[in-house]
Amino acid sequence: MSDLVSQNVNMIFKSLKGETVHALKDISFTLKKGELLTVLGPSGCGKTTLLNIAAGFLRPTSGTITLGGKEINGPGLERGMVFQQGALFEWLTVNENVNFGLRMKKEDPVKTAKKVEEWLDIVGLQGFGNTPTYQLSGGMQQRVALARCLINDPDLILMDEPLGALDALTREKMQSLVLKIWKETGKTIILITHSVEEALLLGERAYVMAPRPGRIHKEYKLPFASLGLKEDLREIKNNKEFVTKREEILSMIWDMEEEIMGKENLG
Amino acid sequence: MITGIFTFLIIFAVIGSILYGQKLIKTEKSDAVFGNPERAKGGIHWVIVGTSFLLFTWLYYSWDIAKSFYPKSANELCQVAKVNESLLSLKYLFPIEERSHKSTALIKRENINISDKIIEIQNSPDLKNQVKEKFVNLLNKTRQTIPLLTNEKYLEIETKNTINELTNRIKQLTEDFPKDNYPPPLSEEEENKRIEATKKQLGWGATGMEVPPLPESKVGLKFHTAAQELNSISDEFFAMRNHHPEYLRLLNEIRDEIKEYRNSLNDDQEIETTYIKEIKKLGQRIEYESVFPPNTLDEMEKAIRVFDKVQKKEQGATRIKDMLLFPGGTIVASGPTCAEDGPGRWLPKPSDTFRIFGDLLKPSVGFKMIPMIWYEMMGVNRIVGFLLPNWIADIMPGKYPVHTSDGTVEPNFKSKVLDVVTGEFEAFKIPVPTGHIWDSFLRVFLGLTLGIILGVPLGLFMGLNRFAKGFFDPLVELYRPVPPLAWAPLVITVFGIDNVGKVFLLFMVSFSIMIISARAGASGTQLSKIHAAHSLGASRWQILRNVIFPNSLPEILTGVRVAVGMCWGTLVAAEFLAGTTGIGFVENVARKYMQYEVIWITIFVMGMLGLLFDVTIRKIIDKTIPWRGKG
Ligand SMILES: Nc1ncnc2c1ncn2[C@@H]1O[C@H](COP(=O)(O)OP(=O)(O)O)[C@@H](O)[C@H]1O
Ligand SMILES: [Mg+2]
Repeated sequence: MSDLVSQNVNMIFKSLKGETVHALKDISFTLKKGELLTVLGPSGCGKTTLLNIAAGFLRPTSGTITLGGKEINGPGLERGMVFQQGALFEWLTVNENVNFGLRMKKEDPVKTAKKVEEWLDIVGLQGFGNTPTYQLSGGMQQRVALARCLINDPDLILMDEPLGALDALTREKMQSLVLKIWKETGKTIILITHSVEEALLLGERAYVMAPRPGRIHKEYKLPFASLGLKEDLREIKNNKEFVTKREEILSMIWDMEEEIMGKENLG
Repeated sequence: MITGIFTFLIIFAVIGSILYGQKLIKTEKSDAVFGNPERAKGGIHWVIVGTSFLLFTWLYYSWDIAKSFYPKSANELCQVAKVNESLLSLKYLFPIEERSHKSTALIKRENINISDKIIEIQNSPDLKNQVKEKFVNLLNKTRQTIPLLTNEKYLEIETKNTINELTNRIKQLTEDFPKDNYPPPLSEEEENKRIEATKKQLGWGATGMEVPPLPESKVGLKFHTAAQELNSISDEFFAMRNHHPEYLRLLNEIRDEIKEYRNSLNDDQEIETTYIKEIKKLGQRIEYESVFPPNTLDEMEKAIRVFDKVQKKEQGATRIKDMLLFPGGTIVASGPTCAEDGPGRWLPKPSDTFRIFGDLLKPSVGFKMIPMIWYEMMGVNRIVGFLLPNWIADIMPGKYPVHTSDGTVEPNFKSKVLDVVTGEFEAFKIPVPTGHIWDSFLRVFLGLTLGIILGVPLGLFMGLNRFAKGFFDPLVELYRPVPPLAWAPLVITVFGIDNVGKVFLLFMVSFSIMIISARAGASGTQLSKIHAAHSLGASRWQILRNVIFPNSLPEILTGVRVAVGMCWGTLVAAEFLAGTTGIGFVENVARKYMQYEVIWITIFVMGMLGLLFDVTIRKIIDKTIPWRGKG
């Protein structure tokens, strides 16, 4: 089973001046294959750090994180990433961006081209293959980023605020797309967001993280993602349970932010 | 002729454009707000006016308008200048263009000189009192010679007569000058000779800055003849000495005393020798200066003033042409020759410039026997021989052939390879470009290419690696801030003044720029892109090649653009320093021979080439990195 298991992961940053930042403290969780986890929390609580550790860009100070029983030790093809700004290679066309991974592996160009076409179809970019990426809108760029990541067929997809920079309408469409892809491919996904609504809508589970030191503050089990596959997302937002959960989490994060402000003003 | 038509065209263009501009303003809806940038859009007609204005300024200030409408005006002004020049030495005697009489100024100065010398001697720590006394005495005696020159009592009859005679000659000239029959006709033979000589002389501007000196018109001849008469008068005046026997007696007394004293001096009395020489010189100066009693020259002054007035009036139209069409200067005479003095001299006339530009472009003429840009046929063998290094033959198996006993040499495989790598074989010819412009271009191209090939990888490396950055930074930062030309003397010493030295200098320029821009590009790569590539399974080399390099391309190409500009500027200056070809060399030689047209042409060519390079690279940038600023 390719579960993601995190055991007592600690991350402590030391700056050259000798200051230490306890970015993550005793993070332990298990993510089953095919689960969609959303992570929520005020800025600076260690969300990106957690993701970078899972991706293998950072090594934790202590603790272990394993995927399918194998310890994560550097970036790998079985874990794909989607970044906030897409991090597309803007000098390449949509096709070249999407097939980047396969090109690096020197796979057969004909097969690659077919795969690219399929994935462009799935993310809704059919016919844009030869468009230079810098000419695309923000939403389309995120679609390319999704396709680029998915074409490598990773077990785990890590998304760091992938929809953060989009306008509300595009964002809603993209949320549906994420849900659709999750359903169709059955991938394990960790999605970081700073939008409470998004965390509730997309996650089967949601973690609310607290800062200083970064830790998992509260865990929610959510029914909305499975609903969202059938119903209109906007209707779910008016769901009574949804509204109470949203208000609860919002005030929780609000309090955390206040606390940070207070500490900063004192210090 | 062409200039004339051109002048009218310019005037029409300006008037037309201004009228069009007025019409345009009337048709536009009025805009009460000041500062609307929309109002700066369009305006081709103002470009026409601006260009015309520049052209007209060029035509006018290079005196090309004068030359095209009045080709003989320079020659006439030359004759006038001759009169002015001859008159000048006489005028200086009087407060006409000066503040005081020359005699007054001289006496004042010599009195001061003598007093200063006396004070200096009295304060000198190196002289004995006895010697000081002697020197001061001598100087006082020298001072006493002045009144002997300025007292009417001592003016000799002979001198008085000469002055009167010269004054009368000036008066006579004044009387004759305006007359129609002046100058008196020459004998037929002489007149023919004069006309012959006039026909032979070249036109205005034909040989650079000179103006034909022999008078070509009736008015010109008048002034020319008057100038000759004035020259003879002033020569005679300045040959005259106002030396009364009394003055000569005192002068001789001083001389004898000095001579006696100098004979008594030893070789080692250097200070005394120096002083006595200076005292002698002071006396001599007074002796040769034209000092006269106060009112002796009054009559002559009056005559000169009258003549000056008359000759100015006689200049008539020439004077007006001088004022209107020769802005910022005029034609000046120096002895028998005349020259342009003012912008007409250093601002070449468009007509001359285009003619010379045409000559320079002719491959058979060029500059210093080298065309500006042309082609020559070159055997492929020479190119092969240049490109292939000779050691290829050395590493081939076997030995070079040795001559046999019957005195022949049998070629073998190794020697045949040598023939190939040294270019000693028969081959067809292909055209290759040559010429000053091509040479300059090639130097820039080679220096730049070397700089890019070595600078970009090193710069990328420095942008990504702490060791590389730390290790190479001191090297680059120590040589980079030095103006490239400051390195030229060293580079030329090490690599020679020819192509290698210049290419190396340009390499130094482009290398540092490329390093800095590639480094900025590499260190500016967003981490998320590198992370993305990593998680897509790219290796280190693949990331460098497929992410970091293309991501740095905008910076690198901007660096290339800067480097081209810097290289071009440095090259021209380097060619100024040394070398035998190149556009900078052309300008330097033209400067030595005061070929102002060529100087301006080279300036123009350099500007155009610089612009061409910049536009080309800008085009390349737009083509290769359309995503710039949109990432
Ligand atoms: N490379 C680093 N060096 C030092 N401190 C870091 C580094 N990366 C992150 N941090 C600190 O760790 C904490 C968590 O950062 P991050 O994971 O980016 O927060 P989030 O993504 O939740 O906004 C922050 O206080 C940040 O300043
Ligand atoms: Mg973050």
